[in-house]
Amino acid sequence: MAAGTAALAFDAVSCTFISRDDPAQRYTAVRDVTLRVGAGEFVSVVGPTGCGKSTLLNMAAGLLTPSSGELSVFGESLAGINSRAGYMFQAESLMPWRTALQNVMAGLEFRGIANARAQADDWLKRVGLGGFGDRYPHQLSGGMRKRTSLAQTLALDPDIILMDEPFSALDVQTRQLMENEVLELWAAKKKAVLFITHDLDEAIAMSDRVVVLSAGPASHPIGEFHVDLDRPRDVAEVRTAPRFVELHKAIWDVLREEVLKGYRQQLAA
Amino acid sequence: MWRFIKPNSRNLRAWQLGVLVAVFVAWHLLTTPGLLPPFLFADDRQAAFFFGEPLKIFGRVWGWFIVNADIYKHLWVTLIETVLAFGIGTALGLGCGLWLALSPLAAAIFDPYIKALNSMPRVILAPIFAVWFGLGIASKVALGVTLVFFIVFFNVYQGVKEVSPVVLANARMLGASRRQLLRHVYLPSATSWVFSSLHTSVGLAFVGAVVGEYLGSAQGVGYLILQAEGSFDINTVMAGILVLTAFALVLDAMVSWGERRLMKWQPKVGETEKM
Repeated sequence: MAAGTAALAFDAVSCTFISRDDPAQRYTAVRDVTLRVGAGEFVSVVGPTGCGKSTLLNMAAGLLTPSSGELSVFGESLAGINSRAGYMFQAESLMPWRTALQNVMAGLEFRGIANARAQADDWLKRVGLGGFGDRYPHQLSGGMRKRTSLAQTLALDPDIILMDEPFSALDVQTRQLMENEVLELWAAKKKAVLFITHDLDEAIAMSDRVVVLSAGPASHPIGEFHVDLDRPRDVAEVRTAPRFVELHKAIWDVLREEVLKGYRQQLAA
Repeated sequence: MWRFIKPNSRNLRAWQLGVLVAVFVAWHLLTTPGLLPPFLFADDRQAAFFFGEPLKIFGRVWGWFIVNADIYKHLWVTLIETVLAFGIGTALGLGCGLWLALSPLAAAIFDPYIKALNSMPRVILAPIFAVWFGLGIASKVALGVTLVFFIVFFNVYQGVKEVSPVVLANARMLGASRRQLLRHVYLPSATSWVFSSLHTSVGLAFVGAVVGEYLGSAQGVGYLILQAEGSFDINTVMAGILVLTAFALVLDAMVSWGERRLMKWQPKVGETEKM
């Protein structure tokens, strides 16, 4: 795929953090990452804990500036916040002082869209929370808060969706429901998705392509696998397909070494 | 019988009232001349002279509110001073808190001065304010503002610093401009901190008003107390203190009411219904 047409392109991107108290102490989270996400493509990134997956996503969102290399969005170099991307965070990101509906409305409101309330209401219904618009986040369950976050992100109709382990805090059943919902919404709109997860099953079940990152520091992609499973998929059913098992084994062979490396580093630290 | 009298959550109010009545009865018994043989003072009039007599105090309050109805003017002045000090102090504290919290360089420059001003005993400024602003309302408001300002300021500063970075990043990703971040993220987050300090700051605004009046004024409840003290009229002093206390309770109840209305998004512990 040509560089110009990619929805999101990392070109030899590195990111080094410098300790504020001691500038001599530096930590290179990712080094020389080259990665493309085509328009309408669902790409997952897996890797051991602490390998800089979130750093990668924060750079794609424009919340972090890369130390070197270049990021481009639909062929244009990214500077500042990536306004064509929606970001679903791993941690709680809803504004606790706004109701579910007001939270979904927030982005539309910031952009001064006229019928923000009606659109937000519509999105809330689409994620199955039609009757919960007037609840505050603390009155919703974890799964409902994630749905609200999803509606909040999708309401802006972004061309690129960035997801940082969005379902890692959910129980298995809720998680599979949410994964299917996301797949359905994605299939309808065909957005570019960069999905970060530590769960290999989730990555294979959902994506077109799985990228494996090496253990940190200075992590970089070490493997790339095309997931040639038929769509539409059901995340629970697809796990039993022979091709899924094959892919899982192939990716895990690459990933295992890195997971062990990362684990040893954490033990040593 | 004891089952009904034993303190529990239902007869709490009755017990609270009982404590109040007991205090006043004890006060009455100990101070009314001739009722009990004097055991602390040589003369049985001395207890009444030093501590006042509850019946006379109530008579004074009754006179103020009903018979002469002449306290309203003073109460009104004290109330205006309190409300103005509270409003101006809160607005200034909010503004400065937001500004310094959002520009670290300014915060670093002003840090020692803020600390110095905060640790200074600010009641000592009252005479200066009296000189600057005269003996009217303005000098009392100024004193109250200096007291309220720092409470609100530190809470807002803390509130902005403690905004969840994820919520902030999320708002930025949703396209919030700097102004919108201020309005929709920093301000609501700071408000919850301001509210937690509101009971303290209303109380301090009140202290500023009364202390200011006490140090020099022509009206206000503090002025009434000052006058009475000048003529050793302990009953009127006590009546003034009673009125001020009741008034402070009313202000506090109003803050609680506002807090419940504005902060309904905050989780409360044990928000469940027993079936």
